[in-house]
Amino acid sequence: MSKLTAGTANRKPFKRPMAGWYKRDPFFVRYMWREVTALAVLLYAIVLMVGVLRLSQGEAAFNGWLAALGSPLSIVFHLVLLVAMVYHVYTWFEVMPKTMPLLYAGGKRVADATIMRGGIVAAIVTNLALLALVWGMRP
Amino acid sequence: MKQWKRSNAPIFWVLFGGGGTLSSLFGPALILVTGLLVPLGLLASGTMSYARMLAFAQNFIGKAFIFAVIMLFAWHAVHRIYKSLHDFGIHPGPLPALCCYGSAMVITLVGAFSLLRIGF
Repeated sequence: MSKLTAGTANRKPFKRPMAGWYKRDPFFVRYMWREVTALAVLLYAIVLMVGVLRLSQGEAAFNGWLAALGSPLSIVFHLVLLVAMVYHVYTWFEVMPKTMPLLYAGGKRVADATIMRGGIVAAIVTNLALLALVWGMRP
Repeated sequence: MKQWKRSNAPIFWVLFGGGGTLSSLFGPALILVTGLLVPLGLLASGTMSYARMLAFAQNFIGKAFIFAVIMLFAWHAVHRIYKSLHDFGIHPGPLPALCCYGSAMVITLVGAFSLLRIGF
């Protein structure tokens, strides 16, 4: 131990408490909610993974999965997933101006709000298109 | 000359970006259909029948779509969770990384195995 560090083991340096740090600012709270939406995306991936696994195991197994999806608990769960997913979509395009390469049009930077609005409009169109496809291909 | 080690960050970033975009474009509609409209019987009965879903999963485009959704959603989510764990006091390291990316790998493999077993 050098002369400079000798004795530091006995001192208690001040450490800024970090517990609940994100409650200090509404911006941090929104950030945390945004990050938490990843859980919904993960859980839905698992729901679909179980679905294809059951599909590969035959009709009885798949019908069991469908029946499980119809339980009240599953309906509430998917309502929560839907809300989280919609918030995920909104935030995904909210941060898009920062995550994508700089976009120029006519020699000028495209405004962040324009990029965000463009992304959200695109997501609304593709989601509605998927719903229309499912509706159009109903048996 | 020093040998530079190539970063693996771009791979995870592409999976994160791809999953974030795919889930934005189709996520809400998928949850609405598979989790709410079909279970509540608001769509024609048999919309997600075994026969139809089997045919969809055997179709090349259907199979690719199912695989892309499951894989990219999983990799997107675990990447974000791994990065956010830091904010909850769990700092980057081999164990958190293994738990996060390992989960995505398991989900990917189970999905791929199931889709291959369903056949073409």
